[in-house]
Amino acid sequence: MTAAPLIEVEDLRIDLDDGAKHVAAVEGVSFRIDRGETFGLVGESGCGKSITALALIGLLRRPLSIGAGAIRFEGREIQGLSAAEQRALRGNRIAMIFQEPMTALNPVSPVGRQIAEMFVLHKGKSWREANQLAVEALANVRVPAPERRVKDYPHQLSGGMRQRVMIAIALACDPDLLIADEPTTALDVTVQAEIIELMRNLCAERGTAILMISHDLGLVANVCRRVGVMYAGRIVEERGSDDIFRAGAHPYTQGLVDSLPRLGSRAALGRSRLREIAGVVPAISDFPSGCRFNPRCAQATEICRTTVPETTWLGAGGLVRCHHHA
Amino acid sequence: MNLGTSAIIGGMLFVLAIFVGLFAPWLAHTDPVMGANLVNAEEPPSWIWWFGTDAQGRDIYSRVVHGARISLTVGIVSQLVNSVIGVTLGLTAGYWGGWWDDVVNGLTNVMLAIPSLIFALAIMAVLGPGLTSLLIALGLTNWSFTCRIARASTLSLKSQGYVQAARVLGYGDLRIMITQLLPNMIGPIIVIGTLGMGGAVLAEASLSFLGLGIRPPYPSWGSMLSEARDQITTAPWLSVFPGLAIFLTVLGLNLLGDGLRDVLDPQSRSRRT
Repeated sequence: MTAAPLIEVEDLRIDLDDGAKHVAAVEGVSFRIDRGETFGLVGESGCGKSITALALIGLLRRPLSIGAGAIRFEGREIQGLSAAEQRALRGNRIAMIFQEPMTALNPVSPVGRQIAEMFVLHKGKSWREANQLAVEALANVRVPAPERRVKDYPHQLSGGMRQRVMIAIALACDPDLLIADEPTTALDVTVQAEIIELMRNLCAERGTAILMISHDLGLVANVCRRVGVMYAGRIVEERGSDDIFRAGAHPYTQGLVDSLPRLGSRAALGRSRLREIAGVVPAISDFPSGCRFNPRCAQATEICRTTVPETTWLGAGGLVRCHHHA
Repeated sequence: MNLGTSAIIGGMLFVLAIFVGLFAPWLAHTDPVMGANLVNAEEPPSWIWWFGTDAQGRDIYSRVVHGARISLTVGIVSQLVNSVIGVTLGLTAGYWGGWWDDVVNGLTNVMLAIPSLIFALAIMAVLGPGLTSLLIALGLTNWSFTCRIARASTLSLKSQGYVQAARVLGYGDLRIMITQLLPNMIGPIIVIGTLGMGGAVLAEASLSFLGLGIRPPYPSWGSMLSEARDQITTAPWLSVFPGLAIFLTVLGLNLLGDGLRDVLDPQSRSRRT
């Protein structure tokens, strides 16, 4: 029983089929998250992080679809579940918070009611009980004067408060897995830190696993024990977050680490420029052959342009996919 | 007119009409049907007969007051039926799309192509005159605008973050429609509904005037106009007062609808501030 991970993604391929073209937007993605574990997916925009998350909760819609591979939640394949069984998972066992707290709340409904709805929907509570629980849920996310705030509409709250409400909604039913898709991108830095801290503490208290998705390697490494780096639809490296920072094996990971400003480094003192990764993520329709990072990689050789690199296992359960890994 | 002036005037006229309808038995001086007394036939308006009397000696004021009940019942109930049909079809068509959307769109286009009064006439001809058939005829023929608005709103709301979020949180389709979509489109639906109510009052009057709605001796404003047609030169009060009642009620509903549009439309609200 202990062996079954909470969620396991195995060789996932997500197809993009718009009638004319048929391409794999995500391919060969595998990872597992154990109960209470924190796992991060990092990568630039358009590398397939968010659609991977959507696949996890069974919400890929045309033109996207799961082409191959399996997603197992507690050993059961998500694709094999009926629509009603999937709905019972969503919001209840697997919850999600989003990038935009401004638009993710219903503007015409008081926030307390939106939280209470979760208890009514998934726990079969009466509205009276649910409203009571909503006040507690707001108190849990450290919203001051929750018994008054439940009556507020989203536009009466600040961005940080709204994201707290989103967290309260997501954690209302004590889910086993919380997917956080760029949860703090729309917030300013001080609020960002508070929200991340709050999310981490609440999940640690309840034993909720976190899948955090972000382009910000620093943020992800701060929250997560293990990090998967995605590039152009593939996971190119997966390591413990300390190892990633200390010794990223894939040139792309090294590029991401180097492009982070660090306190006390030469870059932060203004004597040299931050390093960046040249070029942009290729479009889904024309991924390069071989290693997809090869056009932007300084170490690329002939083999990188022709052959997809195999998985190399590193110590401590890490892996990298590169012909010339460090 | 600024802020809610037209809404307030319209609302007052509408509330007055409802008040008259609700309290008709207490406001009326005589029974609208049985109060005939040939001794008082065709009296012009006076202190005793406020709106005059008709050829059977019935008090026009009492009949107009009682007529409010029928006109408003028809206006409100038939428009409610229209709104429910229009919103249900438009919302589901916009949300689910596909073949259902095609079917609803086709049906809406057909309804828009047939003049609704003619359609209602045809239904009345089949069902026969009477209040129930009036409600059915007018309730089934005027939902196409509501349907269009509901469908268009659904299409634009569907991609909003909170609708997506609701799906992620495990809401079923029905719950998304009722809690996320409907409350966000209710403004325009109410406006269309209010304007439609005025239209339904007029349609009832037209059908009754043509003899297909409420039959004499029961007092509906339209049937009273129909009866008064022959005496329009000799006893103008017979047609003036029911006509005035129709005019004020419909005017009130239209002003209310226009006013609500200004109040409920977020764009015009931000223009004012």
